[in-house]
Amino acid sequence: MSNFLSVSIGRKFLMSITGIFMMLFICVHLTLNLFLVFDDSGNLFNVGANFMSTNPLIKIMEPILALGFIIHIIWAFIIYYQNYKTRPIGYAVTDRSYSSNWNARNMLVIGALVLTFLVIHLINFYYVIKFDSAAMGQVTIDGTQMHNTYALVAGLFKGSVIYGILYMTAGILLGFHLSHGFWSAFHTIGFNNENWIPRLIVVSKIFAVIVATGFSIIPLYFMIKF
Amino acid sequence: MESFLNLTIKVWHQKGPTEKGRFESYKVEHISTDSSFLEMMDILNEKLIKENKEPIAFDHDCREGICGMCSLYINGRPHGPDDDITTCQLYMRKFKDGETITVEPWRAAAFPVIKDLIVDRTAFDKIIAAGGYISVGTGGVPDGNNIAIPKDIAEQAMDSAACIGCGACVAACKNSSAMLFVSAKVSQLALLPQGKAESKRRAKNMVKKMEELGFGGCTNTRACEVECPKNISVSNIARLNREFLKSEFSE
Repeated sequence: MSNFLSVSIGRKFLMSITGIFMMLFICVHLTLNLFLVFDDSGNLFNVGANFMSTNPLIKIMEPILALGFIIHIIWAFIIYYQNYKTRPIGYAVTDRSYSSNWNARNMLVIGALVLTFLVIHLINFYYVIKFDSAAMGQVTIDGTQMHNTYALVAGLFKGSVIYGILYMTAGILLGFHLSHGFWSAFHTIGFNNENWIPRLIVVSKIFAVIVATGFSIIPLYFMIKF
Repeated sequence: MESFLNLTIKVWHQKGPTEKGRFESYKVEHISTDSSFLEMMDILNEKLIKENKEPIAFDHDCREGICGMCSLYINGRPHGPDDDITTCQLYMRKFKDGETITVEPWRAAAFPVIKDLIVDRTAFDKIIAAGGYISVGTGGVPDGNNIAIPKDIAEQAMDSAACIGCGACVAACKNSSAMLFVSAKVSQLALLPQGKAESKRRAKNMVKKMEELGFGGCTNTRACEVECPKNISVSNIARLNREFLKSEFSE
């Protein structure tokens, strides 16, 4: 195990497991977010948000998740730099589109755009929920008093077309990132062979489409309906 | 049908490993579409020699797609605009009349230019020397079916062994990674009983050597697999990852 991270496969192993971990998070996140469009009174989403913010398991997972994000992001830049150094003189003419996909070659760029969104997203919601929860107001559902998270989220999308478009774009970018990231994560940990490559790539694409449409349908719903 | 092409060849010139290189353009006329790319290069070189100029240096040997000696990054693709071939198997019918063809050497820190289009690929030999062999004598040819090897495994090993070590995978990769080469060499041995015994150590040593020599890591773009003249599959890379991680986690 010595110098595990000094070798590229070791470094990528870390990218891969943090990636898989974040994909699990995305599944949970998307499921809860979709509560927004299934109940316009906001009760369903508020109950879901309240469950997530009071659940002890989530409390434990939150810092681990943050760590996963930080490792994945910082590591991405380190790996990119190390790979960048390997070709001091570039080609004058390249025709890379023939042999590989655009998103596979530009995972860092797409990832960095998603990161930019993530910062805005955390300011929009996470900061308010964690540190300024008085601004949200309260609701009482079935006798339990809780923060009106629905009003915070729905308010942003109802009030601003720009934010709506931003969130939709981010959802689509995340889809592009995952369409390569999903199967690639399994490939890196060695879970792949001649039979599984095409299967994983199909699952990867389906997963990417679900995530992209799932996340972008929410702002779109509020933009059209309200 | 045979026809003839007039072309501009834009080629990389570099006197030596430490010299600064530059592109030079040459005109070639009346090139048959039935001639090979390297024959076209020969015609150009003959012309240059007659004009008392120095010919362009490029690697080639068997000229039948077996040896892995020829290289050349032609119009943005290793081994040029055709699939599953080496440069020596590339024909001029793949080009259009009046076209400018850009010819570059493999570009990678681990493959320094020796002269013009020739790069030093001894890095691959060093990777092999780090573990791409079986370290004990395994005797002569055993009797048929003495060692049972399932047919699909035998075929996979054979497919991996098809790698000729030309370096197109490194040239095609945006990270100049030699993972396809290393994985093919690890796989051809790891799949068979004689090579299995050392497979963990082999994967570890060869990967470490690859890193040490300045090759990049794999980001699974799969460009190598597409540009490989011998169709080596990236499933070999998954196997290498597996072997390497097994080796690391067992210590």
